[in-house]
Parts: sequence; structure tokens; C-alpha cells
Amino acid sequence: MATLTITDDRYTELYGPTPNYTPAGGWNNGEPDKLVKTHCCFCGVQCGIQLKVKDNKVIGFEPWEEFPVNQGKLCPKGVKRYMQNDHPDRLLTPLIRSATGFDVASWEKSLTKTVAAIQSIQAKHGKDSFAFLGGASMTNEKAYLNGKFARIALQTANIDYNGRLCMVSAGAANRMAFGVDRAANPWSDIPLAKVIILTGTNLAECFPILTDYIWRARDNGAKIIVIDPRITPIARTADLFLPVRPGRDSALANGILHVMIERGWIDEKFIAEHTHDFDKVRELVKKYTPEVTEKITGVPAKSILAAAEAWGTAETSMLLHARGIEHHTKGVENVLTYINLVLASGRIGKPGCGYGTITGQGNGQGGREHGQRCNQLPGGRDINKPEHRQFIADFWKIPEPELPKQGLTACEIIDAIERGEIKGLLSISFNPLVSIPDSNRTRAALEKLEFFACIDPFLSETARHADVVFAGSLQEEDEGTVTTGEGRCVRLRNSVSPPGNARVDWQIICDLARRLGKEQWFSYGNAGEIFTELTAASKGGPIDYSGMTYERIEQNMGLFWPCPAPEHPGTPRLFEGGKFHHPDGKAKFHAYDYRPPAEDVDAEFPIFFTSGRVVSQYLSGTQTRRIGSLVDQYPEPLCEMHPLLAAKFGINDRDIVKVTTRRGEMTLPAQVVKSIRPDTVFIPYHWAGKKAANQLTNRALDPISKIPEFKVCACKVEKVADAPLKNLTTQ
Amino acid sequence: MTSELEFFIDPSRCIGCQACVQACAECGTHRGVPMIHLDYVHRPTGVQTAPVVCMHCEDPTCARVCPADAIKQDDEGIVHSAAKPRCVACSNCVLACPFGVPKMKVDFDLMMKCDMCYDRTSVGKKPMCATVCPSGALYYGTREYVAEFRRETPVNEFRFGRETVRTKVNMMTAPQMKALPFDVADFLPWEGQDFDPLSLARAGAPDAASSSVWDEESLPGTCGSGNCACKQQPEAAAIAN
Repeated sequence: MATLTITDDRYTELYGPTPNYTPAGGWNNGEPDKLVKTHCCFCGVQCGIQLKVKDNKVIGFEPWEEFPVNQGKLCPKGVKRYMQNDHPDRLLTPLIRSATGFDVASWEKSLTKTVAAIQSIQAKHGKDSFAFLGGASMTNEKAYLNGKFARIALQTANIDYNGRLCMVSAGAANRMAFGVDRAANPWSDIPLAKVIILTGTNLAECFPILTDYIWRARDNGAKIIVIDPRITPIARTADLFLPVRPGRDSALANGILHVMIERGWIDEKFIAEHTHDFDKVRELVKKYTPEVTEKITGVPAKSILAAAEAWGTAETSMLLHARGIEHHTKGVENVLTYINLVLASGRIGKPGCGYGTITGQGNGQGGREHGQRCNQLPGGRDINKPEHRQFIADFWKIPEPELPKQGLTACEIIDAIERGEIKGLLSISFNPLVSIPDSNRTRAALEKLEFFACIDPFLSETARHADVVFAGSLQEEDEGTVTTGEGRCVRLRNSVSPPGNARVDWQIICDLARRLGKEQWFSYGNAGEIFTELTAASKGGPIDYSGMTYERIEQNMGLFWPCPAPEHPGTPRLFEGGKFHHPDGKAKFHAYDYRPPAEDVDAEFPIFFTSGRVVSQYLSGTQTRRIGSLVDQYPEPLCEMHPLLAAKFGINDRDIVKVTTRRGEMTLPAQVVKSIRPDTVFIPYHWAGKKAANQLTNRALDPISKIPEFKVCACKVEKVADAPLKNLTTQ
Repeated sequence: MTSELEFFIDPSRCIGCQACVQACAECGTHRGVPMIHLDYVHRPTGVQTAPVVCMHCEDPTCARVCPADAIKQDDEGIVHSAAKPRCVACSNCVLACPFGVPKMKVDFDLMMKCDMCYDRTSVGKKPMCATVCPSGALYYGTREYVAEFRRETPVNEFRFGRETVRTKVNMMTAPQMKALPFDVADFLPWEGQDFDPLSLARAGAPDAASSSVWDEESLPGTCGSGNCACKQQPEAAAIAN
């Protein structure tokens, strides 16, 4: 049973998170031995950065101004990202759980123990009783290797990844509408757009580097339309702001399209020549008049008209969205209704015209391409398509029937553990205790595991439950490639080797495979060999990397897929000439009626709850809660609420409030601000334990993408105590 | 050639991310202490933030009021932190600066302030803050670039009462043609209205609020009835300006 053996405070004392303020060797650490041109380890922009290396330690950074995407720009996380490699919490050896937390263990002992547990659980309960959870902060090479390891070495159907909490609604919608899952345009198209819709994207905090692209468009005369329940920093100076009520996004998009159709602001010729099913949408949106749409969404009818006019009559335009519309039980439907706006305008596949989704994770794009998802094989192939299965089975030289079928998605794996159907788990770069909704249930599930092993550079809150922890690698301690949010595959350079007795992640996976008797499939000498295999496996698939090599990627500062031949220049902009990736070359409209979220407000839980991020933290905080100056920037979660709502409950700024949902409760300081809808409260999710916003969120899943509904549920709020410093501040 | 490169601050672009603060602390001579200031203007009402670097005045008030002659301006016009052997930590400069830039670092008994990354600019690099700033709110480049590509206009002359202060650093101001015609608050339906934040909280199943949406009786005029707003031009839509 994977239960904790010591108190949470004791784990924190032993393994962190410890806020680190000082670079390796101190502030006077001298001149570096070398500067390594690589990329940030955080979000999907993958900013170019130069790491300063001295004595096999990362000691600082220099901007890398030649890299075209960010030209030296960085967000606060990028500036401080170098502070992890010489961190006091860095795991330096494998650990095995003991009565006093963990004992230091040898690689031999921890690998033997893990392989014995895998074999015994699978012998007793079947192959699928052992699951694998991967992540989208890892390289393309590891994403490919994870999928291959699960299918060939573990022979389990149950492999999925934390992109299930991130990119899958956009991915599914992109495939349904366009026949391919990638942002349609390079970001260099943004400054050429005359109207930009940003919907459900806190772009300035979660993808800060794109801010300059948006402002450059504005300098060129572009109008910016922001749709969000909160006035985020990018919304502050918007030309039009639509403060949508949480969970109503598809209704709003349908309402905007209604006006576009009625006023003739659509491209009938493009629709006729390049798309299917517009008639169904035309019929559906008839009832979404501005008044009806206002009633559903809380957005004033005149703002809906203004948005439709601006978008409908634009010369060039870009629409960008992120988790705000995707983290819903109708996440795929929300995305598709917004894609309808793009298709109806006919403005896609041209300079300054298109569409994109903002990827939250470092390899949010590449992590979802190479087969670490339960329904996917390398090259973006479909595990349920016989010809795709046969191609990969032949490529891997295994009989097709031995290739596992589609397994469970990430949240469903946690559910299956809770039900006792999955008994063992190997997890890498995933902290579900912080990142999956309803964390009390996630904890209960972890405690039921018969065996749990983790591969991580730091002991995450989830890894505290592990039987075996393998000391893995940070991004700067390995090499490989990642594919950024615009579909550009970039090269990560090895800056240092893993400290102490830690190992590179892919070697740990290969060690396990070897001991599971599958050495012939996992004998790689370096990450480059995995990349060569990955590109070959992708040949002819929906996601084709077969023309890429490390040299070509470096020479070009990244290559965009599809890149199907060694002389192919890559494809920065998709859908040029109105050619989409469905077999008939056409795009598809989708008519989805608005439907309510899984849990809406009522008399008992009368307030909308929504969650998101802050600029100084990344995902579950396993890395960023360990960097002192980032911790100081936003040290703990605050509950944002509007003064109109606060007044109802006698709450003042920084008073302590209790927020309760049907799943849990949380006590924290209030931040009373006018930058949020008065019917909604917001809590950022980066913290663990009693500070975890995911104690409150709803694990209801989208039927297609299986993404959970992080962005809307119902809560109540009450005041618990006055602000701790109230007497001080009122003096 | 570095003298042709100038510093431009544009608060309208600032997103408050603090990349500048974090990067300033990383500058070789700062050793973990940021010299740039970034504050919310008034967080209760909005998310506007304002980054402040030293404006490097032509005739720096801080240096004029220093009784110990500790604050020096170099040939490039850069006004430096107080010289440690001279500074008497009197805080005259802190009180006198019209832009609120110098800070007394009590740990060191020394006034420290932004020196526009002298160690970087003197060897042809850009200041750290302006290199990393992801929004372009802090920009180091030529006046020609700003004139050609930016919406806002640079200003480097400020009036404080009867005193005019000219600075090396430029502040970007609203386009000359007009002030921005609206405020994002104009789009909030609850501003200045009697708005009940709990209006959807009806008794019953959790979806009571949503299911009432398609309750036909409560719907206003629909398309085809002639009353539908979708046929009307948006009323003085700010967006069309």
C-alpha cells in the first residue's frame, strides 16, 4: 500500500520544496566554462536561452537574442529556470520507501525491486493491471520511448500522459475540424492580423512571450478582443472585452456566428469550396440571437454585436485559445464552435490569417504526437486503425495482435486505481496529486496501489507515495527535441550530466525494459538514436518528422512538421490554398448546441468556481515552488473575488475565507479585486495539500477528449477570520 | 555606437510579470538584488502595473542634493549608484528624486539604483531588463524604430511644478491623435448597475440555472421577428474606431 510513512512536514523537511535563492557557487561564481544554446524547460513557447555552465553545474543564464521566436525575451520563470540543477532538493540517488520516509538505494536494488513488482502484479492480475503515466514536459524522444516501453516492455494498454489535463480538447477538435492536430500558423503571423480574438487564454501570464506579438499587431492597427471571466493582464487594454460567465463558451461563439451570418459577414465562396456541414451550423445558430446569447453568457448583446462586426469584417485575423475554453466537459465542443468562426470567415492558411491553440506544457505539442497517449501510436497514428497498427507492429517487428489496444486516459487510470482494477503504476514527470481534480480521491487512489514507482528529478507530492523513486534528469541534463506550440521542432542541448548518482530518464526506461527481457527493442547509445527511430516511425503518418535530423533542426533554428523528406523545408503555415488534412481536403464545421457544465450553480453552491495559473509558477509547482524568488512573487494561493460578491459575505481584502464545493473545502486569504466577474471566484492551482485548488474542482470528463472540468464548478464562500494584518494595515 | 540606442518605457504594454525584476537581480554586478521597481497602480480596481527604471536625468536631482557628492553621472549620461566610500546613507536622494527611483539599502548603508546595466551597455549589450521583457514595455533600441513601429510616442521632458526635468530614458505616452477612447471597464455589464452576483443561484438541481435558458417564455424577440438586435449596427462600437 502506497501510504505515507512520515508526516507531510517531515517530507518537506527532507525533500522540499525548499526555496532556493542562490545560484550554484553563489553570486560571485565567476566566469562560466561555456554557454550552452538551448531552450527554457517551461511552457510551449520554448524560448531560446543560453545556460552558463561551470564545473558541470548550471550557474546562470544569458539571453539568446539570435533565436527568432523570443529574441532574448524571457518570463520570470525562464530567467530563474537555471536554479534547479544544483538545488538542495535535487534527488541524487534512487530511493526505496521505508518507515522513516525513504532509504537511499542502489540502482541494482531499485530496478530489481521494480521489475519484480511489475512481473508479480501482471502475473496475478493481467498485463493491463500495471499502468504508465507520462508527461508533456519531456522531450519527443522520451514521449516516443514511453509509448514503446508501455506497449512492448509492459505490454499494457494503460498508458497515458498529463497532456490529458492540457491539450486534448484542442487536439481532438483540431483533428475533427481540420484533420490534423497542430496550430495552423507560425506565431510570426500574429503581428500581421488586423483582428485578434483571445478566448480563454491568460496569455500574458501563461505564454508571456506572445504578448509582444500581440502588441506588435496592435501597433499595426489590430483590434484585440479578449474573452474571459477575468480581466487578465492581456485584457486590460483590449479593444473589446467579453466577460463570459464560466461554462458558456460554446453559446458565445454560436451567438457571434449568428450575427455574422445575419449580417452577411461570412465568406460563402470559401465555405462552399473548402468546407462541409455549414448548413447544419447555420440552422443551429439561428436561435442564438444576441439577446439569447446575452442571457446565457452574461455578455452584453452590444458587445456580441461589436465582436461579430470586428471579426466578421476583418481583412486578416487570428484566433487563439487555451485551457479557458478547453477545460470543460464540453471542451471539444467549445473549441469546435470557435473554429466555426474561423472557417466561416475564410481567413485561414494565409499570412496573418489563421488559428492556434496555446500549449501550456513545454512539449505540449510534441508530447502528444509520438505515442504516449492511450489511443495513439508514433507519427500521430490511431491505435484503433488496423492499417496504423500494422505499420507500427511491422516497424517494431512484433506481431500486430501483441500490440495492446486502446487503454484508459489519465483521469480514468486514477479512477481505475481507486476501483482496485489497476494495481501498479510507473509515473514519470507527472504530479497527479496536485494536478488532477478532486485531489482527496487522487490521494485515496494512490494509497490503494500495490506498487508505485516514479522517475523524477525532485520528490513531488505524488512521489512521496512511491515505493521506489528513480532519480531522473532535468531538461538541461539530457538532450533531445521538443515541438513548440507553433509546431516548430527545436533542439535541446545537453548542458550538464545528471548530478550525483542520478541518471538520464531514457536510460532508466531502457534499464527497466532490459530487465523485463526486451533489450533488443531498447538498446540505444544516445538520445539521437531514439530521434532517428522516431522520425522513421513517423514516416507517412499524420504527423511526419521523417525529413528531420538534429543537424537540420539546429541549422534552421527549428523545423515545422510535416517535414516528410530530407530536402523538405518544413511547413510553418498549414492549410495554404484552403487545403485541409481530411482525405477530401476539406475542413468540417460542427454544430454543437450549448449545454450546461457538469455542475452549475444552485441555491446551495451559488458561486462559480474557476481555476488557472499565475505567471511565476509552472503547472504543479514541482520545479517552480523550489525557486525562492519565484515563490516570493506569489507565495501562496489567494481566492480572487469581486467587491460586489465580497460585500455579500462581509469579506474584505486578505480576510481568511473558506471555499467549499461538493468535493472538498479550502481555507485561504481573499483577494478582493474588480478584475473578475462578480459571480465567480478564482484560485490558482500550483500548490499541494491544503493549498491545492484541485481539492475543489470537478473530475467530470469531456466525453471525447476526457479532459476534466477544471474551469467551472459550483462553490460557496464564507468568511472565517479577519485578515491577519488587518490591525496593522488600518493604522 | 551604443549612444544611439535609447531606453523606452511603455506602461501600456506592461503585463506585470516581473521578468525585469527577476532578470535585474541576475545582472553581474547586482548579485541577487533587483534595482528595478514594478508595482501595481491599484490592484483592487485593476491589473495595471508600472515598471520604473532610473530615468537618468540630464541634471540629476539626486546628485544635486547629495551632501557627500557620492552620486556621479558619467560621460554617457548614466547616473550611478552612490559610491560606497562616500555615501553617508542620509536618504536625501531617495526623498528628492521626482521618479522615486533611489532606494536606501539599509543592509549595506548604501543608496543603490538602476545604472542601466552599465556593465552590459558599456560592452554593447542591452540592459538585462529590456532584453528579457516579454511585452516590449521595456525597450532598448533606436528612436527610429520606435517612431516607425510603435503606436505610442516617446517623451523625455517632465514638468514637476515649475521645474522641468529632461531625462535620458523615454516614457511612452498615448498616441498624439487622442487619448484611448474607452476603458475596459466599459465592457462590464455590472459596472454602475444594480447587479446581483447570485442571480443564477436557484434552488434545485445543479443545472437549474442553465436549464432555464431555453425556457421560451423568458426569451426576447428572436431572429425573423424584426426585433432581433443582430440586424442592427453595434451601438457606437468602440471597436470600430
